[in-house]
Amino acid sequence: MGCIEEMNYEIILKNTSFKECREFVEKNFKEIYKVKPGYKMFDVYLIGVPPVMIGVDVDHVVFPYTKPCYGTFLLRIRGEEEIALLRKGGGT
Amino acid sequence: MTRLNNALLLLGCPELPVQTGIALYLANKLAKKDVGVTIAGTRSAINLIKVSDPEGNYAKKMIDLDRCIENLAEKRMDFDSCFVFIHNDAGISYLTTMRSISDADLFAIVFGSDAEMLASMIGFECEKIVARTAHNPIPLKKKIDEVL
Repeated sequence: MGCIEEMNYEIILKNTSFKECREFVEKNFKEIYKVKPGYKMFDVYLIGVPPVMIGVDVDHVVFPYTKPCYGTFLLRIRGEEEIALLRKGGGT
Repeated sequence: MTRLNNALLLLGCPELPVQTGIALYLANKLAKKDVGVTIAGTRSAINLIKVSDPEGNYAKKMIDLDRCIENLAEKRMDFDSCFVFIHNDAGISYLTTMRSISDADLFAIVFGSDAEMLASMIGFECEKIVARTAHNPIPLKKKIDEVL
């Protein structure tokens, strides 16, 4: 668990809230998937308030990542496999 | 409360002093009712529990928070009841996530300066134990005693 921190990620929003992440994804991306909390992305299980919004930005996924002491971050990480899973039906 | 054989205490960031004391108090209270208690938290939150209860008199089982979420999401374990400690937005996210990945009866223990506002963000039915306190555990202890 937690190797997202070791990946090449871009922080789009930091110290934010699940609500702001949801609104940002809805506003800025055309390809959006809604998943339930607990959805597995890379090797972590997403924490959040449903619907958890995941945006697709070409070959990157944009998703909320929550840590108890630092709040929620909106991250952008390259993830062709994760996008394929979302398109295959991992999200709605 | 219909079933209470085992319970999970899901701790948040330990920056507010009341959390550790209330977690140990609640663990003891549940243990006296023959409830098996597991405490999940970040490394710091768990270490605070371990240092406060070095012989494990109150905290008998502990698990890393991420590992706990993984095990629940993969249905490798579950609990009858789950007490989620909430004093920030992330706590609400963890509570709601528990609702999605667990069948446990949920108790939201909401504290800190924004306790009422955070409690109002809980958009589903669960037992709310709310006290606007960060340092003094007594208001929260009293609320817990009213519920359990």
